[in-house]
Amino acid sequence: MTDYNFAYLDEATKRMLRRAILKAVAIPGYQVPFSSREMPMPYGWGTGGVQVTAACLVPEDTLKVIDQGADDTTNAVSIRNFFARVARVTTTEATAEASVIQTRHRIPERPLTDGQILVFQVPIPEPLRFLEPRETETRTMHALEDYGLMQVRLYEDIARHGEIARAYAYPVRVEGRYIMDPSPIPKFDNPKLDRSPALHLFGAGREGRIYALPPHTRVESLDFEDYPFTASKAAGQRCAICGAEDSYLDEVITDDAGGRMFVCSDTDYCATRVAAQAEDAA
Amino acid sequence: MQLTQGFADPAIDAARVFRIVLDAMSHPGRIVALPGIDAPAPCSPAAASVLLTLVDGTTPLHLAGAHDCDAMRDWVRFHLGAPLVGPQGAAFALGTWPALGPLSAYPQGSAEYPDRSATLIVDGAELRREGARLTGPGIAHEAFLTLPDVAALQANAAQFPRGLDILFTSGTQLAALPRSTRIGGA
Repeated sequence: MTDYNFAYLDEATKRMLRRAILKAVAIPGYQVPFSSREMPMPYGWGTGGVQVTAACLVPEDTLKVIDQGADDTTNAVSIRNFFARVARVTTTEATAEASVIQTRHRIPERPLTDGQILVFQVPIPEPLRFLEPRETETRTMHALEDYGLMQVRLYEDIARHGEIARAYAYPVRVEGRYIMDPSPIPKFDNPKLDRSPALHLFGAGREGRIYALPPHTRVESLDFEDYPFTASKAAGQRCAICGAEDSYLDEVITDDAGGRMFVCSDTDYCATRVAAQAEDAA
Repeated sequence: MQLTQGFADPAIDAARVFRIVLDAMSHPGRIVALPGIDAPAPCSPAAASVLLTLVDGTTPLHLAGAHDCDAMRDWVRFHLGAPLVGPQGAAFALGTWPALGPLSAYPQGSAEYPDRSATLIVDGAELRREGARLTGPGIAHEAFLTLPDVAALQANAAQFPRGLDILFTSGTQLAALPRSTRIGGA
């Protein structure tokens, strides 16, 4: 025994995951419980996303893995190597070439297309969890569409801070029914979820939940008529490397004297722009 | 007893079939092609591929009408090991539309756990891109699919988030109708 089964997991586990994924797609925004397995990485490193990816991959796939937008961080590199080894898939850093993209907390800047699957790593899938700690209660709230508590929370933000003070994991309403946690993506990325032609799958390994947004699904960020949702990012800044003004920026501290720079969080987007600029200059 | 072969390469074949079924479920009304495998009559190759990919000892299966034959029961016992049950306890059901009977006989899921509902595999009827107008998640503008009983399926969709998810199979073709799809209307 020197080889792993295709995509690491045993067949019974993959069947269970696949059934859960199909139910998740059939009930957009609803969190389907599944029996999460021990994976060869710690919780918090994307065990939910890895299990969903393992259930979806075919040998013909081209896989991209990003961590906060970057292809070259430890988490992204190890997951990419893991699937290159156990599922023999091709890997890429180019968003346009990927058929499956596993992501931790970002949506690529380049618009996704029909046929692409975006798999999110989710730490806490329940958007109501910090308002109501009991699972029995949050489950009833979802069943009864009893989402007043979330609106009150957003209102209290406005009363205290003058705005809805949540920059990431900003709650959304799916097809006018379920309130869903889009995982800790910056709220800058929320509008990309709305009616996207790609399939979005969310896997929470520690919590044992899978949920989904089928393509072309209506996804609205919660707000109020007089306090409409805004997709914010670092104001008035542009990327120090490629000069992009439309992409989500990371603030990087460069020394201990207050020096800082803003760079694209999406490394592929930034590198593609830099390459295009070099070509134009040549 | 003569048994037909299942998948030639179970892990890889199941992965490929799942991706095709996932594509169909994510795009209601889209007609997709599955690989042809041998299955006992009257089960279509598409339905057999779905069973081999999704059904096992943990998912009770209901065989309806002509699909509830000795050859099919033997095939299910050998390849899937799924308990054979009546409609009320089924996680999956296989049969023609008339044989499957009223949809209300199957588990519809609860308001708290809408995922605990049956998936029906409606085998046999030819699939064409015409007839009922479909809209909703997975559909950019509109899609069309020949449906056996529009009123019954509209009633199913009206229960959302409860309700059944349906896979229509014919030969090597498959199309999906999840409960989230709205049927008819402008």
